[in-house]
Amino acid sequence: MSATTHDAHDAHHHGPPPGYLTRWLFTTNHKDLGVLYLVFALAMFFVGGAMAMIIRAELFQPGLTLVDPHFFNQMTTMHALVMIFGAVMPGFTGLANWLIPVQIGAPDMALPRVNNWAFWLLPAGFVLLLATLFMPGGSPAGGWTMYPPLILQLGDAFPFLIFAVHILGISSIMGSINIVATILNLRAPGMTLMKMPLFVWAWLITGFLIIAVMPVLAGAVTMLLTDQYFGTSFFSAAGGGDPVMFQHIFWFFGHPEVYILILPAFGIVSAIIPTFTRKPLFGYSSMVYATASIAFLIFIVWGHHMFSVGMPLSGQLFFMYATMLVAVPTGVKIFNWMATMWQGSMTFETPMLFAIAFVLLFTVGGLSGVMLALAPVDLQYHDTYFVVAHFHYVLVTGAIFSIMAAVYFWLPKWTGHMYDERLGKWHFWLSTISVNVLFFPQHFLGLAGMPRRIPDYALQFADFNMISSIGGFAFGLSQLLFVWIIVKCVRGGEKATDEVWEGAKGLEWTLPSPAPYHTFETPPTVK
Amino acid sequence: MSQTNDTYFVPEDSRWPVFGVPGMVLLAVGFSNFLNGGSWGVPVMVIGALMTLTMTVMWFRDVIVESVSGMYSDRVDRSFRQGMAWFIFSEVMFFGAFFGALFYARVFSVPWLGGDDPETSRFLWDSVTLAWPTAGPGMLDLDFTPMGAWALPTINTLILLSSGVTLTWAHHAMKHNDRPKVILGLAATVLLGTIFMCVQSYEYVHAYQDLNLRLDTGIYGSTFFMLTGFHGLHVTIGAITLLVILLRVIRGHFTADNHFGFEAAAWYWHFVDVVWLGLYIFVYLI
Repeated sequence: MSATTHDAHDAHHHGPPPGYLTRWLFTTNHKDLGVLYLVFALAMFFVGGAMAMIIRAELFQPGLTLVDPHFFNQMTTMHALVMIFGAVMPGFTGLANWLIPVQIGAPDMALPRVNNWAFWLLPAGFVLLLATLFMPGGSPAGGWTMYPPLILQLGDAFPFLIFAVHILGISSIMGSINIVATILNLRAPGMTLMKMPLFVWAWLITGFLIIAVMPVLAGAVTMLLTDQYFGTSFFSAAGGGDPVMFQHIFWFFGHPEVYILILPAFGIVSAIIPTFTRKPLFGYSSMVYATASIAFLIFIVWGHHMFSVGMPLSGQLFFMYATMLVAVPTGVKIFNWMATMWQGSMTFETPMLFAIAFVLLFTVGGLSGVMLALAPVDLQYHDTYFVVAHFHYVLVTGAIFSIMAAVYFWLPKWTGHMYDERLGKWHFWLSTISVNVLFFPQHFLGLAGMPRRIPDYALQFADFNMISSIGGFAFGLSQLLFVWIIVKCVRGGEKATDEVWEGAKGLEWTLPSPAPYHTFETPPTVK
Repeated sequence: MSQTNDTYFVPEDSRWPVFGVPGMVLLAVGFSNFLNGGSWGVPVMVIGALMTLTMTVMWFRDVIVESVSGMYSDRVDRSFRQGMAWFIFSEVMFFGAFFGALFYARVFSVPWLGGDDPETSRFLWDSVTLAWPTAGPGMLDLDFTPMGAWALPTINTLILLSSGVTLTWAHHAMKHNDRPKVILGLAATVLLGTIFMCVQSYEYVHAYQDLNLRLDTGIYGSTFFMLTGFHGLHVTIGAITLLVILLRVIRGHFTADNHFGFEAAAWYWHFVDVVWLGLYIFVYLI
């Protein structure tokens, strides 16, 4: 990152338009919309979290103890949909909105009105999706992957699910078009592509992925809709189609999607670790190339989700080797973060703690991913708790931990106050210990053969499930502390300096804390 | 990046999304109710569609007013170009899902079901032979005629391709500020697009009445009608867009070096053309 030639912020700070409600409804300001996205993501984190608590409560003991099995299936399905489309994606988009313009020296996002539309489509999509919980036949219960023919047995909720996916897809595509256009068009003079912060790079590539694959999901669910109501035969063998075809189309979307949920996290961690190490990031350009090569590879690995559905041997081998190749650029990133920390003068404030936990625990999830990539052994792991453990390590201790790290890291810039460092450390340690108690035993459960998405289990799995549930409740409760820390920081606290962190580099740290409503109306010059 | 000192246009507020998004929810809720056999779905759908349409029209109206009054800099223009280009890319990927389904059916599922894969045929429909075009092993006694490629579809291909030519001709005239020629070229393009849609509608009626080829005619009917149907929808949207652009040209909205609205509509039209070429080759010819 380079220094700016002049003090970056503009002289006249005109504030938000008057009127509290209309400000938030009509706003085109990237900071307001960033706040809306982040608050929405936090709310959905608790909605999806409540569903996870129901799942873990049912699994606390063997037997059908608490909820109806059909309701249990609704919870596993909705938990995934809410967390993916409601918590993680909007969380990252919120960070992108807040940070990308101030990191590249832009006055706002490129298409501010589209930005407003993209946000308001999210609550709209979730009104449709969450309303299904109260419908005859209940909410979707066939898994978030919506495989036919099972999903076609859904009751009244079926079209609501399809249209919710359409609306959430439009939201993501519009948000991403805006982010990509901003990055490509609104960089300040001198902010060349290879000077951009890695968070911006990560989002440029993520935005491309979203624009490329969300329409494919829209097409897939449209085919489900016409198969159900208009007599088409895309996924019916009797008509010459194939239910497995849905899985191919879905995972052509679904595998890039899981990287959509992690690439921005790589960008966040690449901002935090150098700051608290007080060293520049090791291997900046290799980070960019690694991200770009991941973006290429993940388009040709979708078949690894389908090893057990039947596939020619050549297909299994291709998808297996291609998947294992993803470990190479990901490994480059892990080594770069470790090399950045090497011989740095490190301090361990809360964002850094979360970032280090990310590197360690995401690697655990990555390594179990390499195990799952092996076609012969995947036949044993498929649809067991090993898979559940794997993707929760990459999504909770990966994506969610990175969002928490980002919130602690940039919260002083957003609010102008330092958060309570003591409480932040409590939050970190409670979360990190409980999340491992929650998910680590699930590896053992899966290796021993416990299937996922089943409300009951054999007695041999009882102890690990109870431990996992205790970890789950503890992790859920710990997140209340997170909300309290944020509320406390918004309401007051030690005044934050402009730079906030001693080693912070980048345009956003040249702005006052809190950053004024409009920034960089005259673009700064980056050397 | 070029060194510009222009201030980037950031609109103060945006009222139409908050008006249109509830409309989209009503549209979805009404349509869902209709599909579930409910009684109140259609009127709710209509209200939702009208609200969504109002959002679209009023939003574009705001943009046109701002554009005509010169509030947009070159950089805003570039944002619009980026936005439109990426939007078209997303549309390409949407069609990609349906082309993917077509290729999968033709290369994998139909041959497998038709005996290429002994396991599949042993467990499902034994000793059945299938060849594209087919309505699938469960509808073997269904008698239908596949859509031919040579007569109308080929003429229609030529019509759509010539509409691309007239549009490019209009674009060149636009660059030379020759308004009468722009109007002529655009009008010809819209007319050719309309003829194309009329021929397509005739083809659909022909398919249903004479060929017994329907949306529910197995995988062939599914891919044929979904691909041509979504394409037709996009042609309709593109033609309406070009019509609006034509009205704007008549009002004198564009200049030789500032006419991105025209270009965006033209990009979209060419995209629709290219999709048709794919359709013509893979749905009709091969």
